[in-house]
Amino acid sequence: MTEQSAVLARPPLPDDGDLDLLLLIRHFELALLDLFGQGLLAGTTHTCLGQEYVPVSLRPLLGADDFVFSNHRGHGHYLARFEDPAGLLAEIMGREGAVCRGVGGSQHVYRDRYMSTGVQGESLPVATGVALHLKHTSPGALACAFIGDGTWGEGAVYEALNIASLWRLPLLVVVENNGIAQSTPTACQMAGTVAARAEAFGARHHRVGTTDIGVIRDELAPLVSEVRLENRPLVVEFATHRLGPHSKGDDTRPHDAVREAEAHDWYRRYAQSDADRFARADEIQRDRMAAIVREVSARPLSRWEPCG
Amino acid sequence: MRVAENLNAALHGVLEADPTAYVIGEDILDPYGGAFKITKGLSSRFPGRVLGTPISEAGITGLAAGLALCGDAAIVEIMFGDFVALAFDQIVNFAAKSCTMYGSRVPMRMVVRCPTGGGRGYGPTHSQSLQKHFIGVPGLSVYEMSPLHDNRAVMSAMLASGEPSVFFEDKVLYTRRMYDVPDPFHSDLIPAGDTGPGVARVFLDDPEEADCVIIAPGGMVDRVTRAMRALLLDHEITCCLYVPSRLYPFDLFDSGAQDVGAGRLVPALRRARAVLVVEEGTAGGTWGSEVAHRIHRLMWRDLRRPVAQVNSLGSVIPAAAHLESAVLVGESTIYDAVLEALRD
Ligand SMILES: Cc1ncc(C[n+]2csc(CCOP(=O)(O)OP(=O)(O)O)c2C)c(N)n1
Ligand SMILES: [Mg+2]
Repeated sequence: MTEQSAVLARPPLPDDGDLDLLLLIRHFELALLDLFGQGLLAGTTHTCLGQEYVPVSLRPLLGADDFVFSNHRGHGHYLARFEDPAGLLAEIMGREGAVCRGVGGSQHVYRDRYMSTGVQGESLPVATGVALHLKHTSPGALACAFIGDGTWGEGAVYEALNIASLWRLPLLVVVENNGIAQSTPTACQMAGTVAARAEAFGARHHRVGTTDIGVIRDELAPLVSEVRLENRPLVVEFATHRLGPHSKGDDTRPHDAVREAEAHDWYRRYAQSDADRFARADEIQRDRMAAIVREVSARPLSRWEPCG
Repeated sequence: MRVAENLNAALHGVLEADPTAYVIGEDILDPYGGAFKITKGLSSRFPGRVLGTPISEAGITGLAAGLALCGDAAIVEIMFGDFVALAFDQIVNFAAKSCTMYGSRVPMRMVVRCPTGGGRGYGPTHSQSLQKHFIGVPGLSVYEMSPLHDNRAVMSAMLASGEPSVFFEDKVLYTRRMYDVPDPFHSDLIPAGDTGPGVARVFLDDPEEADCVIIAPGGMVDRVTRAMRALLLDHEITCCLYVPSRLYPFDLFDSGAQDVGAGRLVPALRRARAVLVVEEGTAGGTWGSEVAHRIHRLMWRDLRRPVAQVNSLGSVIPAAAHLESAVLVGESTIYDAVLEALRD
């Protein structure tokens, strides 16, 4: 399927569970931008608007034994794994019930086998260590790391890919290639391609060009199984689009570029394919998120002992 | 026993005692056994847990952190300590932070070993002492190898702390004998800090009755004790040397108890006519300055003069032996510094 036809086609709505999760993440991120606008959030936040379908489509392909490394743009990754919007919002707002007591904030979350950190490229070497551990202790489990296209500028990515391939480690690298890194278009920061770079290390590469969750799962299921069974690293590159600003309100892209990203938004297309069902689900998640924002905002501040 | 053998035994001990322990590094496999032969025999005895890696310091340090995150114990060898600069991010921004930045403590049993220092003619990029760059990082301990501390105890303490540690090993020590102090000096070990391997002392008769107190990390022991001997013979000056194994956090000062750390150090400092801190690294933002500052704060009014610091010249470390020795702290630098500090 070409990108053009992907834009034009109206894919069937995903199952209720998937649709609800997609919409939950969408409204979570919109709520954050809104809170920022009102001056109720400090620091920074990177929303995954437009990219929500990436972790949602991977959800059934990853199990509780798998270790997931997320990055700065990780709210969707977390919500797809734990469906815990209140805990994550509390983390970002520094309220009681925060996943990490408000210490980590948006970019540094650790829970069970899920960890995010805010330094680009840092997670891949760590993920290879985890993959080595899993290979020895729980065969069949894998380490999955989400990274962006810009992160391929970091040398640590290549050190890790080399070792993972050389030592045959169960490592799944999910690249969310949204065509931009902060303000720099991919074309201005990457020579060659992700595919060729993966190939150079003998790692498999698969490019996902659609936002259709069912199609994505069908494509990826056998490949992800191979990572588990054959201990071969796999690089899955999603051609995706960042709808919103890099962080908060820092979008300096030309209007056309934003329009182009919006044309790929799953939200618009799903809204048209089954308008009634979509509208009902959308309203439920919007209201749910609004209630969570009210409830979490009213909580007392989180507590933490330095050095504790 | 030579220091290298003692360290090698410590690594064997860790791998033997802990089936989840790994040793990771470049060219560490048998028969080569590492650039300084410290890992000799490990890969033959523990294949699968001793991993020879590509030349990827950031990669392998991160890999070790990943193992540590999963509860394993991981010891990384950086071939030359200078190259730990390539792993700075993994150590400072990942391993050290991961202990605390997720709101509750995440134990990380991880040691990054760094063969360090000059004196062997390896030149500017293979001779530095980079300790100061790792001092004061929350969640990160800095240790230095010493001929007066059993590396088996040090290695256990580093891993048991549950925090990542950087272990600096002065390369010159590898061929020295353990516990070797020149006549007529003695050495002992006093407890310090919470669980650490303690602070070693080298003294003449009574450690608390010395003209001069010298505080130095393990790599300086040989040079300092030779200077101490010459000062005694030439000028009848007595010195007592204190050698902490853990440089940071400060075992010497961070315990309130009377019989450990500062409690043991203060009486000696009070009696001494001069106090010196000696380290091989270049001056400026160093461990030694921090030690001096702590002593000033601890007993400003009781000190006869400010703590003197001895460092190598602020220069690159040349390869040629005559140029290198002109730059690095040597026995005579320490000898002169003690005389200078005691003048008047
Ligand atoms: C080592 C490092 N350098 C710079 C940054 C600042 N930074 C945060 S996100 C980002 C862009 C990342 O782009 P990409 O990998 O494409 O991910 P995306 O933001 O598009 O999801 C940059 C430069 C960082 N966090 N870490
Ligand atoms: Mg990007």
